[in-house]
Amino acid sequence: MNARGRMSRRELLKVTALAGGGLMLELSLNRPATAEELSTLLSSRELNAYIRIAPDGEITIYSSIPEMGQGVKTALPMIVAEEMGARWEDVKIIQAPIDESRFGLQGAGGSTSIPNNIGAMRRMGASAREMLIGAAALLMEVDRADLDARDSRVVHRSGESRTFGQLAALAAEQPVPDPEMLSFKDPRSYTIIGTAVGGVDNLVIATGQSEFGIDVDVPGMKYASYTSCPRVGGKAIRFNEAEIKGLPGIADAFILAPDDRAGRASMGFLNGLAALRGGVAIVGDDSWSVFEAKRRLDVKWDTTGASDDDWSRMVEQAKGVARKGNGETLAAGVSVDEALADPENRVHEAFYQFPYVAHVCMEPMNCTAAYRKGQGGEPDTLEVWLGSQFPAQVKEIAQNMLGLAPENVIVNPKRLGGGFGRRAVHDFATEAMAISHRAGVPVKLTWTRPDDIHNDLFRVGGFENMKGAVNPDGKLAAWDQHYIGFAKGGKPVIGSGLRGNELPQSVMKNARVRQTMVDVATRCGAWRAPGSNTNAFVEQSFLHELAVLAGRDHVEFLLEQMEPRRWVTEGNVNALNTGRAMDVIRLVAEKASWGKEMPEGSGQGMAFYFCHAAHVAEVAEVTVDADRNFRVDKVTVAVDVGPIINMSGAIGQVQGAVVDGLSTMALQQITMKDGVIQQDNFHQYPVMRIGSTPAIDVHFIQSDNPSTGLGEPALPPLAPAVTNAIFAATGIRIRSMPLSAEGFNLV
Amino acid sequence: MSRFKLTVNGELQEVDVSPDMPLLWVLRDKLKLMGTKFGCGIAQCGACTVHLDGAAVRSCTLPVSAVTGAVTTIEGLAGTGDLHPLQAAWIEHDVPQCGYCQAGQIMSAAALLATNSRPADEDIDAALAGNYCRCGTYVRIRKAVHTAASFYNADAGDQG
Ligand code: FES
Ligand code: FES
Repeated sequence: MNARGRMSRRELLKVTALAGGGLMLELSLNRPATAEELSTLLSSRELNAYIRIAPDGEITIYSSIPEMGQGVKTALPMIVAEEMGARWEDVKIIQAPIDESRFGLQGAGGSTSIPNNIGAMRRMGASAREMLIGAAALLMEVDRADLDARDSRVVHRSGESRTFGQLAALAAEQPVPDPEMLSFKDPRSYTIIGTAVGGVDNLVIATGQSEFGIDVDVPGMKYASYTSCPRVGGKAIRFNEAEIKGLPGIADAFILAPDDRAGRASMGFLNGLAALRGGVAIVGDDSWSVFEAKRRLDVKWDTTGASDDDWSRMVEQAKGVARKGNGETLAAGVSVDEALADPENRVHEAFYQFPYVAHVCMEPMNCTAAYRKGQGGEPDTLEVWLGSQFPAQVKEIAQNMLGLAPENVIVNPKRLGGGFGRRAVHDFATEAMAISHRAGVPVKLTWTRPDDIHNDLFRVGGFENMKGAVNPDGKLAAWDQHYIGFAKGGKPVIGSGLRGNELPQSVMKNARVRQTMVDVATRCGAWRAPGSNTNAFVEQSFLHELAVLAGRDHVEFLLEQMEPRRWVTEGNVNALNTGRAMDVIRLVAEKASWGKEMPEGSGQGMAFYFCHAAHVAEVAEVTVDADRNFRVDKVTVAVDVGPIINMSGAIGQVQGAVVDGLSTMALQQITMKDGVIQQDNFHQYPVMRIGSTPAIDVHFIQSDNPSTGLGEPALPPLAPAVTNAIFAATGIRIRSMPLSAEGFNLV
Repeated sequence: MSRFKLTVNGELQEVDVSPDMPLLWVLRDKLKLMGTKFGCGIAQCGACTVHLDGAAVRSCTLPVSAVTGAVTTIEGLAGTGDLHPLQAAWIEHDVPQCGYCQAGQIMSAAALLATNSRPADEDIDAALAGNYCRCGTYVRIRKAVHTAASFYNADAGDQG
């Protein structure tokens, strides 16, 4: 690295003296940085926070990542505050505006917010601390080596101290430390990280102050609904326009033609998903009027080439494919056919299936958009308010669909009433922008719950045909897995198919994995722990089936697969580590008293899964009655995601994932017939209610691996833990979700 | 369109709307009280729960013309006080995740505590059965309701 490179890197950290004597430390890109600068110092996605200290001592930390209930708005500032030596009570958190040139990637997905940002947060905090210490050394005329920052003060060895507020003005004049020279606190001296801190917005939420996208109210705003063709790919030809426009409270109604330009996305996995679908927009004076008008809508659709997906046909087709048994080979194994044919071995085959499911965020998708015509030669502008996992994507849509330059688009991120992957895609924002553009007024588009379900990007369903063999010693001899999933244009949709790091083939010696993809028109998307949330069910259930076949204890059988302790991909700390896996399996077994005597009709089931760099094992205890009513009495969870930042948030995420996993596996299924989604609202697509909530006992192994995210990885092991427990209680093996469709009723 | 007089959080309000318009939309779109949420519109999820003369009702299916009593929303729950004990307990137990369902949960729980200040888990489960939490915060909701209840009882003890 040359001297010039160093200089320019220094410029990335900018200090601003505030009027009134404050300090603002900003990670700033006031000119385009070169890719080299970014990657050598702070990779661009880490540039996302700044700290402000007011003379009265109030510390403001900006949080740039969308908050959707995963707790990032609390956890990331905790890291900053810890390193700088602030008292948490003195810290105020403000959601940063959307400006990726300044903050880097402002997105939330894939449980990456913590791992992607922890380094930058620490450097921000440590830089501020060094500058405050520098200021105190000057002011107190002491050696900086004798100074330390804690409790929002810089304290001298002698006990004399200054508050951060007193130091802020002078600190702003201190040189910004070289990021490479920064030192970090010893984790043993942490006072904030690892403690239980309540969500920073709890007061706002508990008192009902408006905060979510759906609460936005803009002067002159109208309300809008949109009805897209029930069959994906169709478009509107005409509708009962005169009748609709004559209804009370209705200002306008019009057809929008499909527009694929809006779907073009630079983030590959989002490409195509936010395209405008053909449909009818209604604009009126309030939500109720446009919803009522929507109910009376009578549209003539052109369904040429539209989806004719049919779930029952998919099931039949998949069974046919499984019988043929071929497919693309992802892993060949060593001698799978020999082991399956060996008369000494016991062999077992089973067909598993899992349904399409919807996100049903509690806050239905909505977006407010104000398209404003430029006056006197000024360019047109657009302002957008929404809850989004990747808010900057909205600018891209506006550019592609409406030709607006990014600087003429303002995006106001709002709290998300649930994300779970759904709000990574902005088809609803596309609609709101197109409607405002056409209607010439600001509009708030709210999807009804049926819109929200019909137009979801579903967790993809699928099938797996499993074969396995155990040898006379009760050891696994062969694993033969055939995944039958769904693709668009030859590419598996998000969440469909198997990946190289998948369990158990990544640790097994003799595993064959094959895959067959069938084309689908139904829209699919990322759903909390994509892929893992279904693969865990199949693989961890079938592994249990083989343990039973071998007459072995499940935990012992599982541990045997993990031997010896190792990283599956050497040198990659985000890979599966079989030692960490064994540790969580042993811990959960101990905490749940694995193998204890269970009453008649009750049983324990266990599952382990690795995803998002997290190792998680769960034990479920269930009770089943003669009518197949079942309750999950208790779930014990052991997690290794490295050191925990916010203990309260972490436990909450695990509890939530367990409830979500149970709700989904027990109750939820989306089906399609002739291309039309069959479920309209919660009466046909229920969510688990409070009465079914098990006791949830959460344990963390705070290994010295890097801290990683926890929004997703506690969900996948829940389903197989429950079905394995039902098998232990009843001898009945469940190979298809949801359990309600198998006659098992969650109580 | 017709005129309706409503008492909301102790204030008299007048609105000119269709008699069929559910109370939810009168609150949100006309009175701009956004704390009451829309989740389903068919009385399944409880996001829209408010009090009608102290009883929990689903405002999404209650036509404004049928509103005969005083309406309390989350914004008015604490009355003249700072926080309702449930709101304080919600913060203490760090209940909210996304937070969207929580106004409805608190309103249902408040109606329960008004009639039963020592609820068992089963009572809480029954009173909150109409309130979905998609984020799965049920464990902490139960705890927070118990904490708020003990506040009520401590109060009663002081006075007795
Ligand atoms: S919105 Fe009223 S119960 Fe769902
Ligand atoms: S906190 Fe998100 S739905 Fe309850």
